[in-house]
Amino acid sequence: MSVVTPTTVSPVPAGRPPRPGAGNVRRTTITIALAVVGLILLLSVVRKLSGATDLTAAGAISAALALAVPIAMAGLGGLWSERAGVVNIGLEGMMILGTWGAGWAGYQWGPWAGLVAAVIFGAVGGLLHAIATVVFTVDHIVSGVAINILALGATQYLSKALFEGTEGGSTKQSPPVHPDMGGFSVPGIRDPLASIEKHGWFFVSDVAGILRGLLTNLSWITLIAILLFPLTYWVLWRTAFGLRLRSCGESPVAAESLGINVYRTKIIAVVVSGGLSGVGGAALALAASNFYQEGQTGGRGYIGLAAMIFGNWRTGMLAAGSALFGFSDALQLRGGGSVHALLLLVAIIVILVGLWQLYRRRVVQGLIALLSGVAVLAYYLVSDQVPGELTGALPYVTTLLVLALASQRLRMPAADGLPYRRGQGS
Amino acid sequence: MKGRLDPRRIGLSLVAPVLALVFAAVIAVVVLVVSGYSPKSTITQMLDYSAQPRTQVLIINTATYYYLSAVAVAIGFKMNLFNIGVDGQYRLAALVAAAVGGNVALPGPVNIVLMILVAMAVGAMWSGIAGVLRAWRGVSEVISTIMLNAISTAIIAYLLRPGRLAVQTQGSNNIGTKPIPESGRVGGISLIPDAGMKVFGLIVVAVLVGVGYSVLLNRTVFGFDLRATGGSQTAAVASGVDVKRMLVVAMLLSGAVAGLVGMPQLIGQSYSYSLDFPTGLGFTGIAIALLGRNHPVGIAFGALLWAFLDQSSQILDLEGVPKEIVTIIQGATVLSVVIAYELVRRYRLVAEQRNVGKALGETAEPPAVTTGAPA
Repeated sequence: MSVVTPTTVSPVPAGRPPRPGAGNVRRTTITIALAVVGLILLLSVVRKLSGATDLTAAGAISAALALAVPIAMAGLGGLWSERAGVVNIGLEGMMILGTWGAGWAGYQWGPWAGLVAAVIFGAVGGLLHAIATVVFTVDHIVSGVAINILALGATQYLSKALFEGTEGGSTKQSPPVHPDMGGFSVPGIRDPLASIEKHGWFFVSDVAGILRGLLTNLSWITLIAILLFPLTYWVLWRTAFGLRLRSCGESPVAAESLGINVYRTKIIAVVVSGGLSGVGGAALALAASNFYQEGQTGGRGYIGLAAMIFGNWRTGMLAAGSALFGFSDALQLRGGGSVHALLLLVAIIVILVGLWQLYRRRVVQGLIALLSGVAVLAYYLVSDQVPGELTGALPYVTTLLVLALASQRLRMPAADGLPYRRGQGS
Repeated sequence: MKGRLDPRRIGLSLVAPVLALVFAAVIAVVVLVVSGYSPKSTITQMLDYSAQPRTQVLIINTATYYYLSAVAVAIGFKMNLFNIGVDGQYRLAALVAAAVGGNVALPGPVNIVLMILVAMAVGAMWSGIAGVLRAWRGVSEVISTIMLNAISTAIIAYLLRPGRLAVQTQGSNNIGTKPIPESGRVGGISLIPDAGMKVFGLIVVAVLVGVGYSVLLNRTVFGFDLRATGGSQTAAVASGVDVKRMLVVAMLLSGAVAGLVGMPQLIGQSYSYSLDFPTGLGFTGIAIALLGRNHPVGIAFGALLWAFLDQSSQILDLEGVPKEIVTIIQGATVLSVVIAYELVRRYRLVAEQRNVGKALGETAEPPAVTTGAPA
């Protein structure tokens, strides 16, 4: 979405302080609503032009949501940690711990125990990271890399020790979790929406398909994950604790001078971060499948980190970034012509961004964007389909492009990743 | 010269890795005991197995590419650049070099040199993207190299298909690039008798890279600028260093060395890039560079230790002990080694302050430990 309406990318433009108040909130709501409507319109246009009905089909949307959840949870974990000033590249490892915990507790005591165990296992990884970075001021990235190695080794070791020889389990996989966790549907909307969707009307059917995908057959973990977003926003931006936590990320020395226990705040933030990554792991082991499997995370922790940066360290844009990754993942899994149609979507968006940049008199960036957009469009027109192996790279290429074109607008917490020791300011 | 050869100083810098290794070993013993295996027999088995000549050759060979990977990472580290992308760089480089080596019919030595140069160029190009993005667009190289790793995985999956760069490997359902002709291969060196296999010939390249790295850092203006920029960017700018250029050049160098990582395996053993080409060496390189503190000799020891752990653990699965205990040891080593370095650094800081105090005849105790922290 950031690409569609660059005006909404940064809620706090440089040099203009945010104005808390009703007017601002209303303006933001309107721009978000416009952006959503614009995006759906764009999707409808692309669907009509390319004939790829899968783009807004309920199945694709619901798969996209399920695939976005693990990424979003890792990203939310990264948000907590980095807002408190600790860079967390160990999200991947904490997520691995989460998947293992979910499988291990899940097959013995059911899926809800699995979820709890996933949170605890992830939080333990977070605690380790917190001790290393906050207490021992170890370089944050180094500690994160070590945790990723450690988590991989520990789960592989434990799987061999505990899952081998169990019924349905092996050295690389936990026994299946029974019963299924179940899910949730908004009652009474499935059939009406499905019938609207079938007609293939411009815009209306797209809206129906998206709504049906978003509101029916949600797994409980997906629902919890969605609720964690407003909760995180409320805690971090609307409570005293959140203000303190963010102040530790911006200027720990100033926070300390106001009597905040910076160590404790940072440790809490990183432990929560680990717990959230654990939820992401649980989504993989309990909702996307029903067992732990080696390599299940597949680098989603790193992608979550990218989604967070993509989202400028804010909850709303993080959700949008995760949705982008989830959406292109889902289309890729479903195959067919929809990925090819995605090229058209990307081309249109990039060209729009280019025109916008030219309008803003940023000639070089505008021209680069225009040229890349035209190149993608040309590729779309001359090709019949995208090679399956390459579509996997689409979200990563998109992230690189966004970072390259918009990185100047991104602002990370000022003291993110810097070592801090009590009393260093005096 | 006293600063460099002070025995106390050398002792202190050895304390940290030794402490960390002991700590990691303790963790491993605890894990083994808790999960019901005998630590003593596990360790004996590993030591016995590593004493066999064949294992020793394997250890040296593994250490060769670990060393190259770690030097690639270390070049970035010296400049405060975190090249997580070594993984993608060496795999892409090895694939392209293998394709070139298999399809270009040049006389032997020329072909070898060509492959090595192609690999370095591809590695440098791939890391250069991250370097340029960092220098001119301010994109964190950590994120861009993670993205580039994923993109290179996709590109390799695309290229490594029959009809593109790959052919069916005879007698198996593996696919790989066209094998490099006999003349384009580098034979092994019989370093250890009775091993039944040879040490990679390209170990020479690893040694040269190590020497080159050391000379570059300590004996050239560029190396000085590199270390200065890594130490303090503002100071480097003040003394006229073009930081943007340094960022890109350091990233290119790191990528070029990363391109070499796959070469000993490719030109010395497998002769083709196939689906089972080793992966993940870039991440190992990060750990080893940390362990060896970016020092050319330190990294060599780190690489040998890592290779020893990896290879000697191969026996454990046969004995019923999960060999992943070694991964736990490795992860614990990385974490504890950096913590140990930090503790030693704090101790040294206090000691130096105390010495200054003594020399000036003023307060014997430094005013506050905590003020030393800002890095």
